[in-house]
Amino acid sequence: MAQSEPRTLFEKIWDAHLVAPETAETPAVLYVDLHLVHEVTSPQAFAVLRERGLRVRRPDLTVATMDHSTPTTPRRPGTRLLVEDRECAAQLAALEENCAQFGIELHSLASEQQGIVHVIGPEMGLTLPGTTVVCGDSHTSTHGAFGAFAFGIGTSEVAHVLATQCLLQRRPRTLQVRIEGQLRPGVSAKDLILAVIARIGIAGGTGQVIEYTGSTVRALSMEERMTVCNMSIEAGARAGLIAPDDTTFRYLEGRPRAPKGAEWERSVARWRTLQTDVGARYDRTVEIDAGSLEPTITFGTNPSMSAPIGGAVPDPGSLTDAADRAALDRALRYMGLRPGQRLLGHPVDVVFIGSCTNARIEDLRAAASVLRGRQVARGVRVLVVPGSRQVKRAAEEEGLDRVFREAGAEWREPGCSMCIAMNGDSLRPGQSAVSTSNRNFEGRQGAGGRTFLASPLSAAAAAVAGAIADPRELLQ
Amino acid sequence: MTLQPFHRLESRTAVIPGPDIDTDQIIPARYLKGTTRTGLGRYLFAGWRYDESGHPRPDFPLSRPEARGARVLVAGPNFGCGSSREHAPWALLDYGFRAVISSSIADIFRANALKNGLLPVIVDRATHQVLLASPGMRVSIDLEERTLAFGDARVSFDIDPFSRRCLLQGMDELGFLLAQEPAIAAWEGKGDGCAP
Repeated sequence: MAQSEPRTLFEKIWDAHLVAPETAETPAVLYVDLHLVHEVTSPQAFAVLRERGLRVRRPDLTVATMDHSTPTTPRRPGTRLLVEDRECAAQLAALEENCAQFGIELHSLASEQQGIVHVIGPEMGLTLPGTTVVCGDSHTSTHGAFGAFAFGIGTSEVAHVLATQCLLQRRPRTLQVRIEGQLRPGVSAKDLILAVIARIGIAGGTGQVIEYTGSTVRALSMEERMTVCNMSIEAGARAGLIAPDDTTFRYLEGRPRAPKGAEWERSVARWRTLQTDVGARYDRTVEIDAGSLEPTITFGTNPSMSAPIGGAVPDPGSLTDAADRAALDRALRYMGLRPGQRLLGHPVDVVFIGSCTNARIEDLRAAASVLRGRQVARGVRVLVVPGSRQVKRAAEEEGLDRVFREAGAEWREPGCSMCIAMNGDSLRPGQSAVSTSNRNFEGRQGAGGRTFLASPLSAAAAAVAGAIADPRELLQ
Repeated sequence: MTLQPFHRLESRTAVIPGPDIDTDQIIPARYLKGTTRTGLGRYLFAGWRYDESGHPRPDFPLSRPEARGARVLVAGPNFGCGSSREHAPWALLDYGFRAVISSSIADIFRANALKNGLLPVIVDRATHQVLLASPGMRVSIDLEERTLAFGDARVSFDIDPFSRRCLLQGMDELGFLLAQEPAIAAWEGKGDGCAP
C-alpha cells in the first residue's frame, strides 16, 4: 500500500480498528481487542444481555477480575478472604455468576492473578501495543502506556462491547504533551503527571487523546509510564498514549499472554511501526520541562490543584475570576487549609500507598526505600495495598512486606481499597491523608475525608514525619 | 430496550453552580454497591444534600422551594468529570432530571447521559451565566429544533446528529450496533485485529 498522509500513533490505531468509518450522521464503529470487566460497573450490563437474550460475542477477548469492593484485610496464607459487607458480597457473587453463565475468564479472590484490573492486564501480558482496550473504569487510560488506545466506558457501553465487541465513537482530537529533560532525584512519574495536569487543567484534555512524547518519557520505565497514562483522565482526556519501544518489549517478553516464539518476533516488528510519523500533526502541543519539576502534592479537591511540596497554599484573593475564586475558597475550607500556609509540616492522620496509579512493585520499592529502618510517626495509620497478588508475592520475595511491617505500616491484600473507599477501607470525617491514588475529590476516600495526592516517596516521607514532608530529605 | 423519546421539555431549573462537579459528588462510591440501576435518586449529591445524621440540608440547591419539580439541572462548567460510573446519570434521571445544561460537560459523563435519555445541553458562557444566576427560571428545550428558550431569549445548541436521532426516536445504540453484525464479522475475518 502506498504510504498516505503522515499519521499520529493514535490515528494509526484508530484507523486499524474501524469496522465502519464515521460519517456526519453516524459515529464510527470501532472494534475492541480487549475488554476488561470488574464487579461494580458490569452487573447492569449483563442484565441487558439477559433482557434481550444476547450472548457475549467474544468471551475470548473478555477478562474479568474483582477489585473495587473487595476487602483488603490481611489474612493468613491458605485462608479465605471474608467479605463482611453484604452488598459487596452480593456484587462479587453476581460477577461470578455472570462470568460462569457467559463463559468469561474471571480472576476471583481465589485466583493467583487477582488484582486491580489495570495492574493485572499489563502484568499478564494482555495489554499489547496497537490494540484497543476498554473497561467500565475511567482509569483504563493506564494501558495507553503500551501504545494501546485504552479508555473508560460506562455500563451501557460495557453491554455494547459484550454483545458486539464494538463501540460507537466519534474520533477524538490529539494533544501532544512533549516532556524533555531529566527528572531530578526524588521527583517521580507521579510528580510529573500532577504537574502536567496542573498545567493543562482539569478539563484541558476534554475530547482529546494525549500522546506523551520526548526524552523524559522515553527514559521512563513501563511502571512509570503507566502512572503517567493512568491520570490522563484527571485532565479530562479520553486516553493517554506512549509509543512502544524496547522498554515496552522488554516488559512484555515472556508474560503469560504475550505472543511467543516466531509470533513474538513478528509482533515486535509490527509494533516498531507504532510511532507518530514525521510530519504528522497533532491538534495541539504542550511542552513541559522535566528538569524544573519538584516533588508535587495536591492541596485542593481536584487533581489539578497541586503545588511543589515546598510551596504554599494559594490565596483565592489572588484570582481574578469570581467563580475560580469561589471554587478555590470552597476547596481550601473543605481541606482545612489557610491561604498562604506552607504545605510542609501540615499534619496527616493516614497514609495510603496503593491504587492503579501507584501500587506496582516499583512503587512499593520506592516507598520501602524511605521506610526502611524508620518508624511510622505515632498516631498515623499507614496502609500499603499491593496492586495485585503478583505484586504482593514479588514484594514479599524481596522482603518489602517486612520493611513495611517493621516500620509500623499495615501490609494488606490487593484491591482498590482506600482509593475509592467502597470496601470498608476509608477515612473518617475530618481526617487528612497523603495518598498515592488518583483522586482528591470531596469524600473520595470516605465522607468528610481530606486527600493530598502525592508520589509513593512523598507518601512514605509523610508516614515517617506524621505530616507533609519532602522525601528528598530522607533519601541518601 | 427502548428509551423514552425526547422531543420538547419545559421546566423550571435547579442550579448547582461551581466548576468541575465530579461524579463522586453526583453519587458517592459508597452507593455503587448495588447490581441494578434503579432507585439511585435518593443518593444524588448525597454528600452535599444531607447532613451527618442523614437529614436534608435546607440550604442545598435541590432542597430549596424554587427547585421543586425541576427537570432541568443547570450546573457549573466541566460537569461530570471523574469516573465512568453510569450511576451518575441514572441517579439524575431517577431524581427526575431530563436535561443538564452547562458550558462544558466531561466526555464519559456526556456519553453515559445520552445513552439513558438525559440530554446534555452545552451553551455559551454568557447564556450559562444568565442561567446560573436564575435558579427556578422556566426554560424550554426543543431537541428537534436544537433550541433552548428562556424569558425572551432563544439560543441554539449543538448535539451529535446520531445522538439526537436516538433521543428523538427513543432508540438505543445497542440495536444499531447489533445491526452491524455483517460488517463486524467481515472485519474479524480480515484477521488483522491488533495489527495497524
